[in-house]
Parts: sequence; structure tokens; C-alpha cells
Amino acid sequence: MTVKVAFQSVAAMALVALAVAVPMGTALAGPTLDAVKARGEVVCGVHTSLYGFGAPDDKGVWRGIDVDVCRAVAAAVFGDDKKVKYVPLSAQARLTAVQSGEVDLLSRNTTWTLTRDTANGLNFTGINYFDGQGFMVSKKLGVKSAKELSGATVCVQTGTTTELNLADYFRANKMELKPVTIEKYEEVTGAFVAGRCDAITSDASQLAAIRANDTPNPADFVILPEMISKEPLGPSVRQGDDQWFDIVKWALFAMIEAEERGLTSANVEAALKSPDPNVQRMLGVTGDLGKGMGLDNKWAYNIIRTVGNYGESFERNVGMGSKLQLARGLNAQWNDGGLMYSPPIR
Amino acid sequence: MPMTPASSPHRAVSGTHVAWWNDRRIRGVLYQVLVVVGVLALVAYLIDNTLTNLAHRNIATGFGFLGREAGFGVSESVIPYSPADTYLAVLVVGLLNTLKVSVIGIVLATVIGTLFGVARLSRNWLVARFATIYVETLRNIPVLLQLFFWYSLITEALPGPRQALNPLPGIFVSSRGLKLPEPVWQTTHLWMGVAFLAGIVGAWALGRWARLRRERTGALFPSLQAGAALIVGLPVIVWLLSGAPTEMSVPELRGFNFTGGVTVTPEFTALLIGLVLYTGTFIAEIVRGGILAVAHGQTEAGLALGLSRGQVLRLIVLPQALRVIIPPLTSQYLNLTKNSSLAVAIGFPDLVSTANTAINQTGQAVEGIAVIMAVYLTVSLSIAGFMNWYNQRIALKGARG
Repeated sequence: MTVKVAFQSVAAMALVALAVAVPMGTALAGPTLDAVKARGEVVCGVHTSLYGFGAPDDKGVWRGIDVDVCRAVAAAVFGDDKKVKYVPLSAQARLTAVQSGEVDLLSRNTTWTLTRDTANGLNFTGINYFDGQGFMVSKKLGVKSAKELSGATVCVQTGTTTELNLADYFRANKMELKPVTIEKYEEVTGAFVAGRCDAITSDASQLAAIRANDTPNPADFVILPEMISKEPLGPSVRQGDDQWFDIVKWALFAMIEAEERGLTSANVEAALKSPDPNVQRMLGVTGDLGKGMGLDNKWAYNIIRTVGNYGESFERNVGMGSKLQLARGLNAQWNDGGLMYSPPIR
Repeated sequence: MPMTPASSPHRAVSGTHVAWWNDRRIRGVLYQVLVVVGVLALVAYLIDNTLTNLAHRNIATGFGFLGREAGFGVSESVIPYSPADTYLAVLVVGLLNTLKVSVIGIVLATVIGTLFGVARLSRNWLVARFATIYVETLRNIPVLLQLFFWYSLITEALPGPRQALNPLPGIFVSSRGLKLPEPVWQTTHLWMGVAFLAGIVGAWALGRWARLRRERTGALFPSLQAGAALIVGLPVIVWLLSGAPTEMSVPELRGFNFTGGVTVTPEFTALLIGLVLYTGTFIAEIVRGGILAVAHGQTEAGLALGLSRGQVLRLIVLPQALRVIIPPLTSQYLNLTKNSSLAVAIGFPDLVSTANTAINQTGQAVEGIAVIMAVYLTVSLSIAGFMNWYNQRIALKGARG
């Protein structure tokens, strides 16, 4: 009889499992915006600790150019940029986190590629940093060009486009490669600084962050001139929810457009009285632009008021107002020699 | 379970025909069928649900990616590998690395564990205390932290390749790993391998003959020493007969790194040390428990019969202790193999590490995880199967009836 009892309890467990499993199929139905509003916060996937892009400061407040995208989306939805729950993700975990719906959006210096935009089930909403992959070496090594790196041991973070570009570059130039691939950003940097590798490869902005933040003496390290890839970094969302896709896309565009129109967190209050019809539309003084996305008409006003425009975000996080001291370069406005260009907000 | 009509008490007692839905035998079968159908339906539902959701989110499915070019490099491999090879190849590379560290780790952990297990029972105060401190410290620190410790110790404490330590000619120690000279491949080595295998077979046959003779006549034969001599001696004889070739590939500093020779990488070393020392503590306790499980009276009786201490250990204590030791030892072997998946934290390209990268580059997490789980299950079941076979071999004959 004990055998039968065991079987019955297995059957009972199976039924419980079935009951638990059923909602999985229906979880897709609700649009993300409704879920976010009901929850009262945006769940945003960010870097674990990349200074300038996504890292908590010494008071535990998340800061960075990627973090500002999360804040902009929260400001657009709630009028409050603090209604964000930050989920730090490793390079490996990030794509799965978006696919599975663990995060509402991913804003974690992620390169926009065709595979990720299609077969991986993501939708990239735009580009908030135009980057390229480079190499950093110790000055003591006396290397002047990436072409001299044949036979070098190179530290690289796993699960990145960087890893593929590295292998491609060495193959294309018939150079011998000894990669050391480690999952965690902190461990890769640690291994490089300890001298496990001759060179470390990553996006140039990230190398600057490592040099400024993680090396004992930044002057001992040099970033080589070659850029071996295009790395357009941007936020992404899950496929299948066009409304949410639009909100994240236009939250970033609003920041870029605000810079072009000279709207800043300091002057946006006064700009509400601007006679310019473009500014009036954008700030929700006239028109119904927010409604089309299921948002308040003050969505862009709230973004600029709390987060600031793209230029402000750039300068305080990675530009001259930060330790990284990065020049605008490709990330300047289109009418200023860069690639930042927002479609018309009308 | 009553399986024949004659054993059904209802029929036997009442003599009348019981309705089929009240028949215990039919009910028993019915319940089992229902449960099996239920479980299968649940599995089918979960698979279908997953596939539907994946399709809904436009995420690629299927194992087609295994045949595509992987495109990423791997730091160390037992077999030749280049980024132009397929995802399947890179998974095999990872599996072989996992097996490499597991096999070497199991052998070393057994040796370390046995030494410290015996040492904890030593009458020497210092030896026993030292063993106790080792066991109690290392088994109470999470193994992941130990791996980080060994890895940073190796990379931080050792000098760079240009200032490498050179303790013996041809041997270099640096933060890039341990570089050793390697014999240049010759056909002689193939024959030495054959001789090595022949030595193992010979040692086994010799041991069997010695055991049968001992059981028949009581005469002893030093089969352990003779067997070891066979296994080591035969390859040496082959090497001498073929003119004793000594051509070596010696590591040499060229450009950034050493070329030539073999490399033991810091990642592999840290992983091996971490796993061996951690698992060794558990094995030490198992060995200690196994030896204590053999009543001391048996040792005394053996000594009274005039056996030497070594003979008492080998012929009386060990065979009985092994019966207690083997089942928990199997679990430790499985633990070591599974813990090797922590390699990803310190950059050793084991199966989990390479499969994770493959998952990330293809975005096919479900398939990748399925591959990892299937492989670990297969490896673990193989180890468990082998250990169960060995356990049955050494069990007391006739004890289970």
C-alpha cells in the first residue's frame, strides 16, 4: 500500500506543478506599461559596476549614462525618475534577463547587433553611446599598435561581442591569440591589473573607465590607437510589445532632442512659456504627443526636469565633469559633427 | 504487491466476484497508468509551452547552432581548436577540460584525503592537530571563495613572464603559469604507451595470481612492488631499447610569452588546488570514519597472529574499512566533478564556461542549458555506476543473501 500512497502523492505534486505552470502561457498577454504602472516602478537591467555607465556611487545611488535612460523612462511613465528598480546583470545574464521578462528594459552598454535584434528576441530602441573596441596595455610592454600583439595573452569578458571581434581581428591579421575569458567584469579587470594578461580588450569607453578607476596608477597604462569594431551601445526591450518599445525609444530621443533645442534641467521650467511651437509640443503645453504612447503629455518635460538632456547626462557621467574625461566625438549632436540625431518630436 | 489472483484476499475469502473497480490489482495498475500519463502530459505541456513562448518572442530554437562556426577563442584545449571550428567542437573542448580537471582532481583528492584522514588518527600530537586544522578550516569555507583566493594568489604573487622564476633548467614559473619542457613527439612514445598498458594488464594478472595462490597455500608474494615495477619498468625498457631519445621542446621567452614546452595555466592550477583541497577535507573525514569503523580488536587479533602492522592494515583493516568508505566517497567524487563548473568564475574554459559563451552568442539558453545538464548527468551517472560496481566487488560475499 505504501507504493500506492507514494504514487498518489506524486500525482498530487504533478497537479500542483501544473497549476503553477499554467500562468506561464498567459503571462505574455498584459502590455508592459500596465505591468509597470501596477508595480509602481520600472525594472531596469544595468551593469554591475561600470563607472560612467552604470554603477552605484559612494552613497549607493545608481549613476551613469545607461542609468539615466532607466531614469528617463521612469520619469516619462511616473513623472518621477526615482521609481526604478535596478537589477545589476553580468554580460552573460543580460540577454536572458530581457528574454524572460525579468527586466522591463536593458540599459547596460549592450552592442546592437543583427542577431541580438532578431534571433535573440530583443528590440533595440536606439543608441545612447557610439563606441568602438580597443586594446589597453601596460606602458612597460612598449607596444605602440594592436598589430604588434601577436602571441599576446588578452583578457576579455565572456558573453560579449568583444570576444567575437577579438577572435576575428587576430584571425584576419594572422596573429596568434591567447585569450583569457572570465565572466565577471571585476574579475577580468583584476586579472589584467595583476598582470595575468598582456592586454585587455573592451569598448574604448570601458577601457577608459578601467584605467581611471581600477588601475593603481592610470598613467602606467595606454589605450592603443586601433579601433577594431563598431560598437553602437543602446537600450533594448523584449519583442512583442510595440507600445513599450515606443516609450523607451522616445524617452532617449527626448533627451537628444532636448539638447538640440537647448532645453536643460535648469531652463525647462522657464521654457514652458516659450513661444516656439516645437518646444510647446514637446513639453506638452500644446498637443497630445504623450497620449499616443499611453503616457502623460508632460512626459518629455518630466524627463528633462529630472534627468536633463543628453549632453548634461554625457558630461556628468563620462565627459569632462567625470573621471573618464571622454570627448563627445561621435556622440556629439549631428549638427556638431557627431551622430546623435533625434527624429522630429511632433 | 499482490500480483496473482490467488493472492488476492477478497477473492479467496468471499468466493464471490468483486466488481472490477474494487479489485486491488486492477486499481493498482490503473493508478500507475494514470500517474504515468499525468507526468507525460505535464512534460509535454511544459515543452510545448516553452516552444510556444519562444516562438511568440521570436527567439530561435533547435540545435542547428551546433553546426555553425563558434567564432570565439578558448584559452586552453586538450584537442586542437580554432575560432573557425563549430559550436559542437567548442562544447567538446569544454567537456574534455572538465574531464581533465575532474580526473586529476579525483586522484589527487583521494591521495590528500587518505593522507590527512590517517594523519588525524595519528598518535603524534603535531601531525594530528595539523590535520584537524586543515580539515576544519578548508571544509568550512565556500569552495568558490577558495578558488578566488588561489587564483588571485597565483596571479598577484608571481612575477610577470619577463621576470619569471627559473627554479630548475627549462622550468619557468610566472603569472602566466608553469612552463615545463616537453619531449618532442616520436614513434617511440607510442610504443612506450603500449608498454605502459601492457604493464597495467601484467600487474593485474600478477595480483590475481598472487591472491589465488595466497588463498590456496597461504604463501605471500610482494605483488604491489612487482606490479609497480612492471608498470614503470616496461616503458623504460622500451625507451632504452629504442636508443633513449632525449630531444626536448624547452620553453623560451619570445615576444610576450614563452613558446615551446607545455603550459599549466594559472586558471587550471587554481581550480585544481581549490577543488582538491576542498574535497580532500571531506574524503579525510570519510577515511577516518571508515578506519574507526573497524573494531580495534581485529587489529589486535591480527598482531597476535603474528602479522606485521602493514599486513594488518592491508589484509584486515582496509578491506573492511573500504566497505564503509566507498559509498560516501562516490558522493565526493560526484561533488568534485560538479564543483568543477565553478571554473567559469576564474576563467578556466570548462563545459559550463564554453556552453555559457555559446548560449550568449546564440541566445539559445534553453538548448544550451539542456546540453550542460545532459552532459553532467551522463558523467555523474558514469562515475556513480563505476563506483557502485566497485562497491559490489569489495562487499562481503554472502552478506546480502
